[in-house]
Amino acid sequence: MAFVAPKETYSGKVFEVAIGTGKTVAFGGENVLPFSAFEGNVPNRPVVAYEIQDIPPDDWPETVRKVYEGVSGDPVTWAKHCQDRLGAKAVALRLLGTHPDRNNRSPEEAAKIVKDVLAAINIPLIVLGSNNVDKDSLVLVAVSGAAQGRNCIIGKAQEANYKTIAAAAMANNHKLIAMSELDINLSKQLNILITQMGFDKEKLITDPMCSALGYGMEYTYSVMERIRLAALTQNDTTMQPPMLGDVGMYVWKVKETQALEADLPKWGSLEERGIAWETATAGGLLIAGAELLIMRHPAAVKAVEKFIDELM
Amino acid sequence: MALTGVEIFKLLPKTNCKKCGHPTCLAFAMKLAQRQASLDACPDVSEEAKRVLGEASAPPVRPITFGAGDRAVKMGEETVLFRHEKKFVNPSAFAVEIKDTMSGDEINNIVEGVLNSEIDRVGQKLKIDAIFISNASNDAGKFESAVKTVAGKAPAVPLILSTSNPAAAEAALKAAAGKRPILYGADESNADAMANLAKTFKVTLGVTARCLDALPALTEKIKGLGVDDMVIDPGARTAKEIIQDNTLIRRAAVKKNFKALGYPVITFAQRDDNMLELLIAALGVAKYSSIIVMSSIEKWKNLALFTMRQNIYTDPQVPMQVEQKIYKVGEPTPESPLMITTNFSLTYFIVSGEVENSKVPCRLAVMDCEGLSVLTGWAAGKFTASKIAQFLQESGIENELKNKELIIPGYVAILSGAIEEKLPGWKVTVGPREANALPAFLKSR
Repeated sequence: MAFVAPKETYSGKVFEVAIGTGKTVAFGGENVLPFSAFEGNVPNRPVVAYEIQDIPPDDWPETVRKVYEGVSGDPVTWAKHCQDRLGAKAVALRLLGTHPDRNNRSPEEAAKIVKDVLAAINIPLIVLGSNNVDKDSLVLVAVSGAAQGRNCIIGKAQEANYKTIAAAAMANNHKLIAMSELDINLSKQLNILITQMGFDKEKLITDPMCSALGYGMEYTYSVMERIRLAALTQNDTTMQPPMLGDVGMYVWKVKETQALEADLPKWGSLEERGIAWETATAGGLLIAGAELLIMRHPAAVKAVEKFIDELM
Repeated sequence: MALTGVEIFKLLPKTNCKKCGHPTCLAFAMKLAQRQASLDACPDVSEEAKRVLGEASAPPVRPITFGAGDRAVKMGEETVLFRHEKKFVNPSAFAVEIKDTMSGDEINNIVEGVLNSEIDRVGQKLKIDAIFISNASNDAGKFESAVKTVAGKAPAVPLILSTSNPAAAEAALKAAAGKRPILYGADESNADAMANLAKTFKVTLGVTARCLDALPALTEKIKGLGVDDMVIDPGARTAKEIIQDNTLIRRAAVKKNFKALGYPVITFAQRDDNMLELLIAALGVAKYSSIIVMSSIEKWKNLALFTMRQNIYTDPQVPMQVEQKIYKVGEPTPESPLMITTNFSLTYFIVSGEVENSKVPCRLAVMDCEGLSVLTGWAAGKFTASKIAQFLQESGIENELKNKELIIPGYVAILSGAIEEKLPGWKVTVGPREANALPAFLKSR
């Protein structure tokens, strides 16, 4: 029986998104399933951004908190550390201090922090709110203005607050993360709503909502696979923005990254277990189709970069 | 290619006799198409229909079992490329490599690791499934003795015996008699001798080719020599090659019904960098490997990989559920708060995670709502005031509490009055709508 490799060609392709103004990076742009260069074009590597915060990471578990000791007290120092010492290709600044339950920082304070961080680094910046939909719609508008001209990613726009955030990102020429909750139809609907405002669909990044290994990762995995298949096989342009896996935030709060080996000897070394959890979650989402990852532990980022080396 | 319900229907007697237990032949045909019924249930089916349906219903990836007894490993039987289409059937087996050049102590350590690898997660017992013994020494005697050592220490653990030397293979197969191992190492140079051994010892043969294109001719040749059960290795070693070859093999089997590649795939994930090895093994789990061979089995790595496998191989159409009971988070005292939610696993994981983050010891009552989330469970009439009241009364939890107070999810605030009516003496407090507001809510109490 002669064997003809059953290769597929698809009618659609993922939009390519480039960010930053100094050292820029691009991701997306492929017209095949993840890492399937044997049947099409995969022009860009996925990009891993290091996550930092505007307030010290007091609630991060020890394993990942300690690697930023001495730099994490100040977002500018922290961002420079990621760029200069860790070789970060991008930094994601989460403005957790703006949350009303945290420091309740004002949009103006947040804008100043973003300006200061941008002044200190040359690599692209992703600016994230605190995931309080009301506060984010104020904060992200202010920081969009403060970051004008730097071609950042702003996020996350959700169904409840996308209008103001998308308008600000559009006015200041940034890319925008559109996040919905683990449902391909909600994700499509939000992308449509945002583009109906006149926002360029090629400047969107879809966040179908991350979940950690063992805590619903299979839902994120399958929603991502389905979004990608819709983009490629049905040429559905509302599903063609590249996808984000906001990995670190979801991983470093599950029990597996915190429980002591003394309490759960069958789970093995806590240090490596935590890193493995972030590594495996990120790896799973890359295979499902994520092109942009936000991660915390340098050892996990290093392993994922090596994985991408082998995959490309 | 699998037949559709309508295609199957055309082959059935169309008498709607109900003897199969289904109301009509069409209903039975639909069940057959979904592989939820067996053709044997129809007493009147023709021989012709049996033949056609038998061929069509043979799974595109051949079912193969290796090992014996409780620990036997089932592989193959897969029918789809993506897990959202239908449940992946037989989870990837994890095997750890033992080289016959290793010292006795090294071998002992690995075997001990396999025997102690079992972990319980969400009600499933997970473990390292098999040991892959390789003839790194190229010496038949050393190989035989390594197999004897492993088989003696771990008599129940399924084995994969790896050598391309038929003499070494024969010695090892004798040492592993009755264990139904896999003999891995048949290639273009030794196919006849290895096929002969597989037939004689009635074992599955692991077949490896230089490249994917050369593999079908080799499996056809070996099948022609009388060996039906094979696992295949297309020679892929890098992550890029693994995605490519495993995807093409699964597609050829499932979409083209290409029998020469319709076998379980074995993948080699060994790397010097252990985190990278974890990722390659995870790639195998996601992308169609039936056996994944690793160089080491640290507990932390096992836990991550077992969890990955569990996630990828769950049924996407059946919500994952957790057991109905009152869970303790931290070390609650009689004064600690009691909260309630539903037993959809995601709901449970998110709520319990946020409660843990709050560092406030709590009791979390998780009620069986058939795996529905809070709002869906409420809308479906499964998360109702009377059912909540009944659950709490039967649990006897009030004896452990100082204040009979129940915190309910904000989305079902509407239930608070009704619950207080059904649970005299209790106070119902409405909590936040979203789990991420729980830490602030709990700390502020």
